[in-house]
Amino acid sequence: MNQFANAFTGEKLQEAWEIFLRDFPFALWETVYVTVLATFFAIVIGLPLGMLLVAGDEHGVRPMPRLLMRAINVIINLLRSVPFLILIVMVIPLTRLIVGTSVGTTASVVPLVVAAFPFVARLVEGSLRGVNPNIIETAQSMGAKPGQILFHVMLPESVPALISNFTLAITTIMGYTAMSGAIGGGGLGKIAIMIGYNRYKYAVLYLAVIVLVILVQVFQTVGSRLAAMSDKRLKR
Amino acid sequence: MIELRNLSKSFITPDGAVDALKHVNLTIRDGDIYGIIGMSGAGKSTLVRCINMLERPTEGTVLLNGQDLGVLSDKELRDVRRKVTMIFQGFNLLMQRTCLKNVMLPLRFSGTPKEEAEQRALELLKTVGLPDKANMYPAQLSGGQQQRVAIARALATSPEVLLCDEATSALDPKTTHQILELIRTINRDTGITVIVITHQMSVVQEICGRVAILENGTVVEEGDVTRVFSNPQAQATRNLVYPEMAQGSLQPAPGGQQVRLSFNGASAASEPLIARMAMECGIAASVHTASIRSVGEHVYGYMLLEIPGGPDELAKAVNYLKAMKDVSVRVEVSYGDTGGDGQ
Repeated sequence: MNQFANAFTGEKLQEAWEIFLRDFPFALWETVYVTVLATFFAIVIGLPLGMLLVAGDEHGVRPMPRLLMRAINVIINLLRSVPFLILIVMVIPLTRLIVGTSVGTTASVVPLVVAAFPFVARLVEGSLRGVNPNIIETAQSMGAKPGQILFHVMLPESVPALISNFTLAITTIMGYTAMSGAIGGGGLGKIAIMIGYNRYKYAVLYLAVIVLVILVQVFQTVGSRLAAMSDKRLKR
Repeated sequence: MIELRNLSKSFITPDGAVDALKHVNLTIRDGDIYGIIGMSGAGKSTLVRCINMLERPTEGTVLLNGQDLGVLSDKELRDVRRKVTMIFQGFNLLMQRTCLKNVMLPLRFSGTPKEEAEQRALELLKTVGLPDKANMYPAQLSGGQQQRVAIARALATSPEVLLCDEATSALDPKTTHQILELIRTINRDTGITVIVITHQMSVVQEICGRVAILENGTVVEEGDVTRVFSNPQAQATRNLVYPEMAQGSLQPAPGGQQVRLSFNGASAASEPLIARMAMECGIAASVHTASIRSVGEHVYGYMLLEIPGGPDELAKAVNYLKAMKDVSVRVEVSYGDTGGDGQ
């Protein structure tokens, strides 16, 4: 406890401020870069997968073989239930295959995507299931093909929900990036652990946390604003 | 022409099979405005969804201009659905798309080029009286306006048949009237066949030429609206036409003898029947319930009379009333303890 209090003396704060000015800009950039890149790929994989989950469902617009749907669901649930820290280690061979190395900032994108795409798929599934079933029936009554219903009706109708959920995804993924500091991924998480915790510079640790909190706030505010703006139901 | 032949539909539920439709036979002629009326749960919505195969019938056939819809492939069925379109109680517009885009939707589905679809959609918005709402979103419109957009959308592919599933049930009476007026105008101008599903008598009275009464999945009565409503045969029809009677006063009081009169035509309705019977026969009947309605030019109604005295007075009253023009008489007698209604 004494040690903890000692971390906030004037001298230590001065040192923390120097570290902040020296290391934080790049760490912030790394965190944003990894988060955005991982979210992007998670959506690239998760969005079609979520659409498949809804469309291929027994009562979906384009029912798929039940065994296939069950297999996809099991895989998603499995990936979702592996703790992230363990997942990072498990996907090392895949990371090496894709990035060429299993350590470093770019390498940490791979486990992040693997962890996040099943989550995104579930979020997309939820968004699409929120579309009024009467509107889907209406589209069927107009002679729409399954693909047309999916792309011309369900996706456009769920845009506000998708934006909200992608905002949730990006903030969650940012939380994961802090953990990837453990395998040499850069960013604010790494600074918090490596400098702040391991070297007892608690002021740095707190500074990193504050910056992360602000970052989450920014993403969340922008996302919520975009979702509200895109929703044509609210305008009067 | 639409022909439903021995149409049945069962749903499998956790509580067992439910027969939503049982051996329905109907013929709907081209250009008609055909009403299908029934209480909720009667099978109306299932019936109308069988006409465009949103629900596959369990048994029986749906013939559109002689073509059995049940044997069509998915692709052929999609083409049929461009000719048999539908509007709904909840309007079911895409809330994230402008009115113009909503009306263009079925045309985009059928592969119409964008410019052409836009042109047609603008014309249709004019037809339904909303030329200035093209770039507004459904949430910015009233219910009646939303239904107009839905009608424009339903007309986009130049259909031969328009199915209206409780299309005015969510609207106030005035807006209902305006929407029905619009449907009637479109029917007159384009010759489109309209099938109106409703639980509201007033809707059928206002625009339908023919009507079928659906109860528990069965058509219990069918025919011209004036004929069916002026002289309802089935109990379900009577309950719809005279909802007051369904609520208790149908049964004669124990020991009483009651006569039900049905008027069919203006002469009976304008006649001071009860007063004349009192003067000419000396029978002072008391009125239990009475109602008069008009369908177009036609006036009809009913009256439930309590006849005092014994069987002699009853016979006298019935004979007197039967002699009147446009009146039909039904006697319902209850002898105290039995409580049932005799004939």
